[in-house]
Amino acid sequence: MAKVTIDGQTIEVADGTTILQAARMIGPEVAPPTMCYYSKLKTSGGYCRTCLVEVSKGSEKDPRPMPKLVASCRTTIMDGMEVKNVTSEKVIDARKGVVEFLLLNHPLDCPICDQAGECQLQDLGYEHGSAKTRTDFERRTFDKINIGNKIQLHMTRCILCYRCVKVAEQITDGRVHGVMNRGDASEISTYIEQAIENDFSGNVIDVCPVGALTDKTFRFKSRVWFTKPVDAHRDCDKCCGKVVIWYKGEDVLRVTGRKDQWGEVEEFICNTCRFDKKSTSDWTIEAPTAISHQSVISANHYEKMVRPKELTLNNIKPIALTEGDNK
Amino acid sequence: MSKKILLEHINVPGINTLAVYREKGGYASVEKALKTMAPDAIVEEVKKSGLRGRGGAGFPTGMKWSFLAKPEGVARYLVCNADESEPGTFKDRYLMEKIPHLLIEGMITSSFALGANSSYIYVRGEYFYIIKILEKAIADAYEAGWLGKNILGTGYDLDLYVQAGAGAYICGEETALLESLEGKRGNPRIKPPFPAIAGLYGCPTVVNNVETIAAVVPIVNNGGDWYAGIGIGKSTGTKLISASGHINKPGVYEIEMGITVEDFIYSEEYCGGIKNGKKLKAVVAGGSSVPILPAEMILTTASGEKRLMSYESLADGGFATGTMLGSGGFIVMDETTSIVQNLHTFARFYHHESCGQCSPCREGTGWMEKILHKILDGHGTIQDVDLLWEIQRKIEGNTICPLGDAAAWPVASAIRHFRHEFEEYVKNPAVIKEVKHYHNMHNLATA
Amino acid sequence: MSEIKFNDETLAMVQSIIKRYPEGKQKSALLPLLHLAQAEFNGWLSSPVMDYVASLLNIKPVEVYEVASFYSMYNLKPVGKCLLEVCRTSSCWLRGANEIVEHIENKLGIKDGETTADGKFTLKTVECLGSCGTAPMLQLGADFHENLTFEKVDALISEWSNKAEHSKYLDIDTFRKN
Repeated sequence: MAKVTIDGQTIEVADGTTILQAARMIGPEVAPPTMCYYSKLKTSGGYCRTCLVEVSKGSEKDPRPMPKLVASCRTTIMDGMEVKNVTSEKVIDARKGVVEFLLLNHPLDCPICDQAGECQLQDLGYEHGSAKTRTDFERRTFDKINIGNKIQLHMTRCILCYRCVKVAEQITDGRVHGVMNRGDASEISTYIEQAIENDFSGNVIDVCPVGALTDKTFRFKSRVWFTKPVDAHRDCDKCCGKVVIWYKGEDVLRVTGRKDQWGEVEEFICNTCRFDKKSTSDWTIEAPTAISHQSVISANHYEKMVRPKELTLNNIKPIALTEGDNK
Repeated sequence: MSKKILLEHINVPGINTLAVYREKGGYASVEKALKTMAPDAIVEEVKKSGLRGRGGAGFPTGMKWSFLAKPEGVARYLVCNADESEPGTFKDRYLMEKIPHLLIEGMITSSFALGANSSYIYVRGEYFYIIKILEKAIADAYEAGWLGKNILGTGYDLDLYVQAGAGAYICGEETALLESLEGKRGNPRIKPPFPAIAGLYGCPTVVNNVETIAAVVPIVNNGGDWYAGIGIGKSTGTKLISASGHINKPGVYEIEMGITVEDFIYSEEYCGGIKNGKKLKAVVAGGSSVPILPAEMILTTASGEKRLMSYESLADGGFATGTMLGSGGFIVMDETTSIVQNLHTFARFYHHESCGQCSPCREGTGWMEKILHKILDGHGTIQDVDLLWEIQRKIEGNTICPLGDAAAWPVASAIRHFRHEFEEYVKNPAVIKEVKHYHNMHNLATA
Repeated sequence: MSEIKFNDETLAMVQSIIKRYPEGKQKSALLPLLHLAQAEFNGWLSSPVMDYVASLLNIKPVEVYEVASFYSMYNLKPVGKCLLEVCRTSSCWLRGANEIVEHIENKLGIKDGETTADGKFTLKTVECLGSCGTAPMLQLGADFHENLTFEKVDALISEWSNKAEHSKYLDIDTFRKN
């Protein structure tokens, strides 16, 4: 066990814990933002640099501060370590820089982006960015590509977090996409146009922090804050079958994995659950999904959500707000 | 007089062949090490020598070696970094071309000291003819029994291979080099773990520069104390300097650490002064990434002393008035040089070479190049100069590997010492027309 | 399309190169193999060629695309028979690299990155090639042409105007047979 103090709050954690994990254990007020780290994906993190923190005391044994800011997602705590996140001016300054870099080539097209409302970059920009851009150069653009008939890649919005590559590598059995080229010409691509076909390929949509990988069965159907998320499950022979189904009226517009408070899916789901089960009757409804009050998703309609009166296992249609059967 | 250790026999005809190299005492360090020394004793000698990494970082080699983990039953590797790509640096190429066996000898002795049985020399892809030279030299060394099984009957086995890169400056960063050697993109790894614990194929690995490995040969032959007696202070031994730019005698020079910068630039023995009788304007002393210094600062430290060619003296004054020895890539600029245009070539270089993994470097290097381009196009503003300063500040120290710093420092130092030139460009675009756009003032016909 | 396959001699070299790495680490041979492929298949790497290399190393094609597109020496598009790569970073720039580029552009009627209509020449500006002391310079295949003057460039161009073969960085003779 080792003691670590983050922004003045001390916690004792197991050896080998990273600064970020320890910060998350303390709570969201000290947890650094992340754009590329994903606790469910091995070797993720380190790329985006939004989680940089200052180590003002290395450890009890060697109290010297670390000379540079470190990526909290990839730095292991030492006993007696003291870390500054929001209490460090250096961190705030560097993070502002990182946001500016991430937005340098990112289109500010939130009004027409399907991810708006549940975009981690939007949140990051809101909390840590500047109101004005300092670049007047043309942004990098790419054509939209269909990678299979269910997933669309719009590389223009990608921030190269590598999460989707790691999903393909770690939870599917045949990676066909990756990062091509280098530097600011890097792009996520299959190189020769190719469909990502795999039972679990849809998870690349869930892990994408921005609107680069979107669900073609959902695109432009609704702004996310006009939909109502409900936890549901079904018996699935491929995955856990635990999902969130997103309603508009009584239509199921989309199905996603369930996300925790850090925006990471709790368990990956299969494409059958995601793309092929779009009827209420496919699912056993559990309860409305808990959504943070800070999220725009909770701002609309949500409080009017009708809670299902009782939960039964089969073919129940618990939410009937309007007439008609959506089958 | 120059002190020649590595290049002692450089002018001997046929020194590139095994036979002549042997005649001149070549491979003596292998005999001495394998037959009479314990591996740890060699590490001790290297520690005593004070040898510091010659690739640019200047980290003490003996210390790096002593960090190498030695778990039972796990292979250890020595990898030679011959991915020489820092603009202004061409010393390793020279060494490998002229005396390939010196590197091979150093690899054998060093591999023995570290307990490696397979070692690799990673050569930048563009140096194909060097690869050919090394492959031939290695074949000869195998044939003569210096490589392979049971070398000199001592029971020590070593295989040595050359690996060709394929065009990527970033592979000079040791973990990117290891990735590349594993057949992957040259993306630097996130550290820790360091290569000494988990390097090539996840095994303990030491990565050393060509010149560093070559220096192990005289150190083993003559002892660490002997080497430590050469040079000045913590800058022991000799250093190969690649001299280029507006000088009369560009080339590779071996210097004893501690000669004055002035001597190096102006004496006939080295650079032979500035070309065409022009005045010295600025120097990039250690390869493109180190801070550029104006003439008066490179020749004299802030305290008024003559600046010396050593790690400490070149760094004297920090970045405010000093720079770094780096890789020894010494680029000299005369009075006609546009610092802004030269900086643009550096900025373009780092933009081109960023691997793209982490956001500050991926986005920031391109942004800096574009702004410099804009200034050179005559559309720049004072705010752009300030923005450049801001961007480099936001990159420095915040990236996965030192490429971010390497991209930031030239920009910072150019603005720090030559801000007036940037201002001239933005205030008076007519200057640009005079200083032929993007081009320098030198007529090739006189070259 | 004819079958993509290395000739027997190259295949033997491929096996010898793979043996340079520990068992199971054959992916290490990817960079050298791509060089060999580029030399043997017209100076560039088409996707079928890359797929072929992937099959030789028993790795996924995407792993090859990722690597091939990362390194600047692999051409992912066809290039002219003679690829002129002119360095233009600091030291070369200081000694007239831009004039060399301009001279070649005028002489061949192409711009940086372009290929002449007859498919003979491609001009590419590159970053530092470690030839700063002999600047300006250009690389043509495995050869460095240094201390360039317009005359030297002219001679090189006329020499290559009559050549039928492709310039290449290396061939199997480069490698030692283990």
